[in-house]
Amino acid sequence: MMADTGSEEIAVIGNTDLTPSELENNIKNTMVEKGATLLKRMEISVAEAEKRTGKNAVSMQETYTVYLIETRAVDGASEGANPAPDSLWRRYSEFELLRNYLLVTYAFVVVPPLPEKRAEFVWHKLSADNMDPDFVERRRVGLENFLLRVASHSVLSNDKIFYSFLTQEQGWKEVVFETGFQAKSDSRLKALNATFRVKNPDKRFAEMKHYGDELQSVISQLLRVRARVADRLYGVYKVHGNYGRVFSEWSAIEREMGDGLQSAGHHMDAYAASVDDILEEEEHYADQLKEYLFYTEALRAVCRKHELCQFELEMAAQDLTSKKQQREELATGTVRTFSLKGMTSKLFGQETPEQREAKLKTLESQIEEGEEMVKEKNAECEEFVKNAWVDIERFREQKDRDLKEALISYAIMQISMCKKGIQVWGNAKECFSKM
Amino acid sequence: MMSGTVVDSSSPTAAVPGDISGQMLDVDEDEDFEVFSKDATFTDGSSLNASMQTSPGSMVNQYKFEEEDEQPDMKDIFVTVDNPESHVTAIETFITYRVLTKTTRSEFDSSEYEVRRRYQDFFWLKSKLEEAHPTLIVHPLPEKFVMKGMVERFNNDFIETRKRALHKFLNRIAEHPILSCSEDFKIFLTAQAWELASHKKQGPGFLSRMGDTVRAVAATVRGVKNRPEEFSAIQDYVEEFSQKMTSLDKITQRIIREKKEYLEELKECGPIYTLWSGSEEELVEPLKQMAGCLDRCCRETEEQVQQLSNSLLPILHEYVLCSETLKAVLRRRDNIQAEFEAKNEALATKKTDTEAESKVLSLAWDSLVGKDPEEVKQQKQQKLKGEIKEMKEEIDKLEDKLEFANNTLKGDWSRWQKSMRADLRAAFTCAAEKNVEHYEKCLAVWESFLLSQRTEANEGGEGDDS
Repeated sequence: MMADTGSEEIAVIGNTDLTPSELENNIKNTMVEKGATLLKRMEISVAEAEKRTGKNAVSMQETYTVYLIETRAVDGASEGANPAPDSLWRRYSEFELLRNYLLVTYAFVVVPPLPEKRAEFVWHKLSADNMDPDFVERRRVGLENFLLRVASHSVLSNDKIFYSFLTQEQGWKEVVFETGFQAKSDSRLKALNATFRVKNPDKRFAEMKHYGDELQSVISQLLRVRARVADRLYGVYKVHGNYGRVFSEWSAIEREMGDGLQSAGHHMDAYAASVDDILEEEEHYADQLKEYLFYTEALRAVCRKHELCQFELEMAAQDLTSKKQQREELATGTVRTFSLKGMTSKLFGQETPEQREAKLKTLESQIEEGEEMVKEKNAECEEFVKNAWVDIERFREQKDRDLKEALISYAIMQISMCKKGIQVWGNAKECFSKM
Repeated sequence: MMSGTVVDSSSPTAAVPGDISGQMLDVDEDEDFEVFSKDATFTDGSSLNASMQTSPGSMVNQYKFEEEDEQPDMKDIFVTVDNPESHVTAIETFITYRVLTKTTRSEFDSSEYEVRRRYQDFFWLKSKLEEAHPTLIVHPLPEKFVMKGMVERFNNDFIETRKRALHKFLNRIAEHPILSCSEDFKIFLTAQAWELASHKKQGPGFLSRMGDTVRAVAATVRGVKNRPEEFSAIQDYVEEFSQKMTSLDKITQRIIREKKEYLEELKECGPIYTLWSGSEEELVEPLKQMAGCLDRCCRETEEQVQQLSNSLLPILHEYVLCSETLKAVLRRRDNIQAEFEAKNEALATKKTDTEAESKVLSLAWDSLVGKDPEEVKQQKQQKLKGEIKEMKEEIDKLEDKLEFANNTLKGDWSRWQKSMRADLRAAFTCAAEKNVEHYEKCLAVWESFLLSQRTEANEGGEGDDS
């Protein structure tokens, strides 16, 4: 389950100095290992973010952020030559377009999510402003993560549109629209929103959908509480800064105690300041949780798509059955089912043998079509179920791996925070004892 | 007249004049209004220890100020305050504390005493000590009334904190070279309830106390004119110190509050992870362990908050109260000086009066009433001389009193500074130590989590490892 070659092995027992970013590299390395196609051939990164101003669709001036996508071929036999990467700029809306295309085109895939459009689950320090540099930075990381996930997916990574997203600076949008995916997208949206009853859904998908709902609920709760905890922790640390100020003032009136107080005060200031880094790192953990929160939507979409397929199959089958029944009635002359036609014919007299012949013929062809349809839909469904389930399994494994890593990185963060605390208070204690 | 020995605050073994009652101070519960009562003479030793009026040399032996580290063999009274008990009567409910004394001092008939005392009794003792020694620094009592934020007066934490403060109060007195010899202190430690009650009723009468009120008020209103620089410096220091202690008290209270609120939020995390584990298969163990770790961290934080409340905060609060005590002591010293100055001025006025008198009006009057001018003049001169002599004697006494007050204050001030330094150093060092311990415990919690994850990983791995 876990990549265990030397370079990808998670740090050995006892080494708690692995930073969260190093852990993220582990996840990336795992992505490369696990059947990546594009990623094996190409390095991809979202290197920078920049503000731009320009005119939008309705000719109004707007400010937006663009992200620099850098790609570089991974040459197996590179002799230390490090060619400059190719690069192009994309904005968030283009990422969204790409994702929507993928969602529609590969309905059986649990498509990786984008980082959030607006900052949610914030605690007070983080501004919810999309222009806030911290938010932009975290978004940059999230977008890179998205690209890496797509590029490491055995199916998605082969998509041409995806490839041109990474490499084709001009005219990419037109190419996407030319695929006509939006037509399918409308019906897909309908499918997601419509309520319909499926008689025989695959149990596994129903369970998966239920799991997705539970996961979404629990992660949302976790993120909310985490935000409140972060807020409180911030308060606790910052108040200690007041100790620093008062110790400093107090040291001014003391002779023997002055030095000890003054230096203790500095440590209090350091303690108060340390919370900024701590919470910055914690934000990373929140981002990892958020990714899976958004993943649940994709998971749900796949399950719904299955339901839709199944529903269409059942509708087609139902339609076929009813047509067959009609044929039978027509052939044997018995009216088993109530039909307006039957009634009217009874009222207005039997139809002529020619008319009956014509009807039978129509029905026959309809039945033929219907059987084709059912076969098709059946095949579709089976295909879908097969492919979707493979991807769901893949997703499940990935999720278990990633979330376990996330928990571990959280623990590492806590350890780092504790070590800092021990250091600061140990120093303060030294100073106090010299008071 | 006492030979004034100037106390050098940097020398730890400076001699201090003997335990002598100065003015008897009757402090109202309000503490805003101090009433000076009977002006006792130096030789009034009825309420005090026998050894007084001894030479400076022998005084050094008896009333040495302690070094920074209390020499255990110096301490010969050990007092414990414990065992709070609630008493309910028809009128009121109150708490008594057991006061246990062990001593080797010869002034005590026995070597062990056990009595029960209530807050009122401690308050009485403090008042008596301040009366007897207006310029000595008596460690503060915990406050009479509940602090804001406390719900019940008889809440366990409150009683525990108060008990510790009372314990400290008595021990500070026991360690003080002068205060520990106080008769009132002895009676407090040893007398049965009824004995204490009857002793409390003694003391200077109302009228004599009234008589001095007027003078005292006059002196307070008048203010001191030539305060020595060193006392002004002390006053400035006390002002600053008081502000700093108040700030630190408030900051610590705020930290406690914030930590409690943090704790409330943190408590919700564990249960969510447990809930989550119910939906998972592979992740069940890590999630459950996560929940366990968070719960343990919560418990550690709870303990940390407790310690902050019970150890650091009370001491900071004590020193806020100390500042008030110091201000009062400085005020009382000022008043003694003011009274002395006032008397001096009165004498100067009288002397000029005397000169003037002998000159003009009275001669005229006396000749009118037919007295022999020379004789009358003589009589008048005698009378004035007598008055001036009396005043001079009073002034001498007041001067001695002032010098004594200044010296005791100086000596006790340096003593107080040392014990303040020791107290606060210990308190902050201890608090820092507790914080280190807290983080160490949390560190252990998370390291054990990591260890278990990696152990699992190795066990579930693809057989590379054993």
